[in-house]
Amino acid sequence: MTKSSPAAPASKAGMAKALPVGKNEDGAGKGSGRPVAREITRRAYRTMIEARLLEEKLAALYRSGKIVGGVFLGRGQEALSVALGVHLRKGDVYAPLIRDQAGRLAFGDTILDTLRTYLGSSLGPMRGRDGNIHRGRPSEGYHAMISHLGAMVSTVCGGLLAKRFRGESGAVGATCIGEGGTSTGSFHEGMNMAAVEKLPLVVVVANNQFSYSTPNDRQFACADLMARAEGYGIRGRRAVGNDLLDCLGVIGDAVAAARAGDGPQLVVADLLRLVGHGEHDDASYIPDALKNSPLGRDCLEIAVESLLDKGWITGKEVSDWHDAVGREVEETASKVLREPAPDPSEEDWNAFAMLGRGASGEDAE
Amino acid sequence: MSSITYLEAIRLAQQRALAEDPRVFIYGQDIGQFGGAFKATKNLAKEFPGRVLDSPISEDAMVGLAIGAAVEGMRPIVEMQFADFSTCGFNQIVNQAATLHYRTGTPCPLVVRLPSGGTPGGGPFHSQSMEAIYAHYPGLVVMTPATVEDAYTMLLEAVAADDPVIFCEHKFLYYHLKAEKLPESALPFGKARITRPGRDATVVTYGAMVHEALAAAEELLHDGYDTEVVDLRTVRPIDTDTILASVARTGRLLVVGESWPWGGVAAEVTARVATEGFGLLDAPPQRLNAKETPVPYHPALWGTHRPTASTIANSLRQLLEL
Repeated sequence: MTKSSPAAPASKAGMAKALPVGKNEDGAGKGSGRPVAREITRRAYRTMIEARLLEEKLAALYRSGKIVGGVFLGRGQEALSVALGVHLRKGDVYAPLIRDQAGRLAFGDTILDTLRTYLGSSLGPMRGRDGNIHRGRPSEGYHAMISHLGAMVSTVCGGLLAKRFRGESGAVGATCIGEGGTSTGSFHEGMNMAAVEKLPLVVVVANNQFSYSTPNDRQFACADLMARAEGYGIRGRRAVGNDLLDCLGVIGDAVAAARAGDGPQLVVADLLRLVGHGEHDDASYIPDALKNSPLGRDCLEIAVESLLDKGWITGKEVSDWHDAVGREVEETASKVLREPAPDPSEEDWNAFAMLGRGASGEDAE
Repeated sequence: MSSITYLEAIRLAQQRALAEDPRVFIYGQDIGQFGGAFKATKNLAKEFPGRVLDSPISEDAMVGLAIGAAVEGMRPIVEMQFADFSTCGFNQIVNQAATLHYRTGTPCPLVVRLPSGGTPGGGPFHSQSMEAIYAHYPGLVVMTPATVEDAYTMLLEAVAADDPVIFCEHKFLYYHLKAEKLPESALPFGKARITRPGRDATVVTYGAMVHEALAAAEELLHDGYDTEVVDLRTVRPIDTDTILASVARTGRLLVVGESWPWGGVAAEVTARVATEGFGLLDAPPQRLNAKETPVPYHPALWGTHRPTASTIANSLRQLLEL
C-alpha cells in the first residue's frame, strides 16, 4: 500500500492552519494532479454555475419565508465539490455532505429534486419527510446524509463491500466531510475500516477553517490533516480547494487510483466558505484578513479565469450559461411552489418497510 | 439429532441463512476463524469463505457498513460482542438504519445480534438488556426470543425481514436451554405466545424472564393459583391483542422485565393495558423489574438485582390478594 509522504508542518501563522494557496511542502497541490481535459472542465464549471444560482434562489426562498428549517449553502466550495461529482459515474456510491450542491448536481441530482426537497414537495424524493441537504436516492447509489458527521464514511464502505461480494469491480465510493467532521469517532472508525477492507473509497476533506464557528486551533492539534492519511495507512493528496483545475486534477487522480484498486484515498483541500454555516448565520467570526487572503477568492472567478485563459470558453458562453441556468432555476422554483405539500391525512405514518406482512405490521399498536 | 442449545440454534440459523441466501454475510469482532466470543459463528468462516468477517473494534462503523451493504441489496448480520457495546453503534442504528426507509423509501434489511442480559459475574458492562432503548425508535424490529426454537426461527425471520432487526439473544439461555430438534415452521414474529395457559393472573414477559415466570407459576400452583404466562417474543411490534385477550381472561396483570423499569418494556405493556384494557382489570396492573442500579458483578448481588422465580411469585401473590 502506498503511504503518503510525511506531512511537513504547515504554517501556524494567522487564525487558521491554512496553507498558502497554490503551494505546499510535500509537492502536492497546484498543478500536481493529472492534466485536465477541456470537456470535463467545461461541464464542471457549468455545474458550478447551476449550484451557485440554485443556492442563491434557495437563500431568497428562505428569506421570503418559503423554506422552513435551515438553508445550508456551499458557496465558495463549489470547485472542490464538483470535482468529485464529475469524476463519479453510474454504479458508484456517493454520500455528499452539507456543502455539496455542486457535486450532487454533477452526480445526477437535479435542480428539481433539490427544490422539491427544500420546499417539502410531496413529489420530491424525500416527500416532505426530510429536507434540505438530507436528500438522496440510496437505491441508486446516492446516499441521503444524516446530520451526524462521519456516519456516511462507513455507510459508503458498506455499499462498496456489497459490490465486492457480488464480484463487481471498477466502482468507487466517495464522500466529503469538513475538517470539523474529522474529529468524530465515526469518521475515524469509517476511515480505519475502509483501510482494513482495502475499499475503493475516496474521502474529500474540505478544510474551510471553521466548523460552524469553531476555528481549527480548537478542532485539531495536528499540524496538517494530511497526516491522517498516513495514520490510516492510505494515500493522501492535497488540492487547492478554490482552484477548479487543481481540484479536478488531484481528485481525478484519487478517483482513478481507487478505481484501479489502490485502496482508500484521502484528499485534503484548504478553502473558505463564503457564507455562514447556514443562512441564519452571518459568519462574523471569520476574520476579514482571511476573507481577503487567496483562500477567500471565489472559486467561480478562479474557474472562469482559467477557462478563458485556456480558450476553453468564451465570454458569451459564460453569459449564456448564466442566463440559461438562471431561467431554469426560476422556472423550476415556480413549478415546485405550485406543487402539493404533503397531506398528513394521506401519510401512512408507518416507519417499517414490511407493510403487508400480516404478522409484522404495527396494527397491534 | 442430539440436543441443541439456544446458542447452537443461533449458529445453525446463521449457517442456514448463509447457505440459502447469497446476500447474507456476517460482520463482527472475533467472529471469523475464532468463531466469536460465544462461538455463535463457530466454523462458519471456514464453511463460507469470505462471508464471515472479523471487524475492527468499531461498532459505529460496523453498523454503518451493514447499512450501506443493505442499501445495495445485501442481508448483513452484525454481531455485537455484547449488547452493552451496541451503545457505541447507537447512532447508526437509531439515526440511520431506523430512519432510512421512512426518509428515502429504500429498505434497510439488516440484523444486529445483541448478546443480552445478565449472567453471574457479568457486571455493569456485560449484562445489559437494551431492548427498550431500541424499541423506542420507530423503524426498528426488536426480537427477544426465549426458547431454542424461537432463537432459530426468529433469527431466520430477522434475516428475511425488510427492516432493521435488533435481535436480543439472551446469554443466560445460551447453554441452559436445549431442544431435541429445530422447527421448520413457527409462530411469526410480532405474535406473542401463551406459553402457559392459566385463569387467575397474567404474567407478560420475554427473554430469560419467561423461564423465571414459568417457575413462579409452578410455585403458585401450591397456593392454588393458576397463572398464565405470555411470552412477548417480539417487543416491537408488540402484540397488544394477545396481551389484552389474556388480561380479559384473568383480570390481573404482572409485567416482568429483566431491564430497568424506567421507560421500559414493562412500563409500555402496563400503559397499554391501563389505557386500552382498563375495564378488563380486577386489580391495578403491576410491574417487576431489575433494581435501579447498574447491573452488579457479584453473583449474590446480581441474583437479587434481577427478578427471579421467587420474587415473581411474591409479586404474583400480592397481585392475587389485591
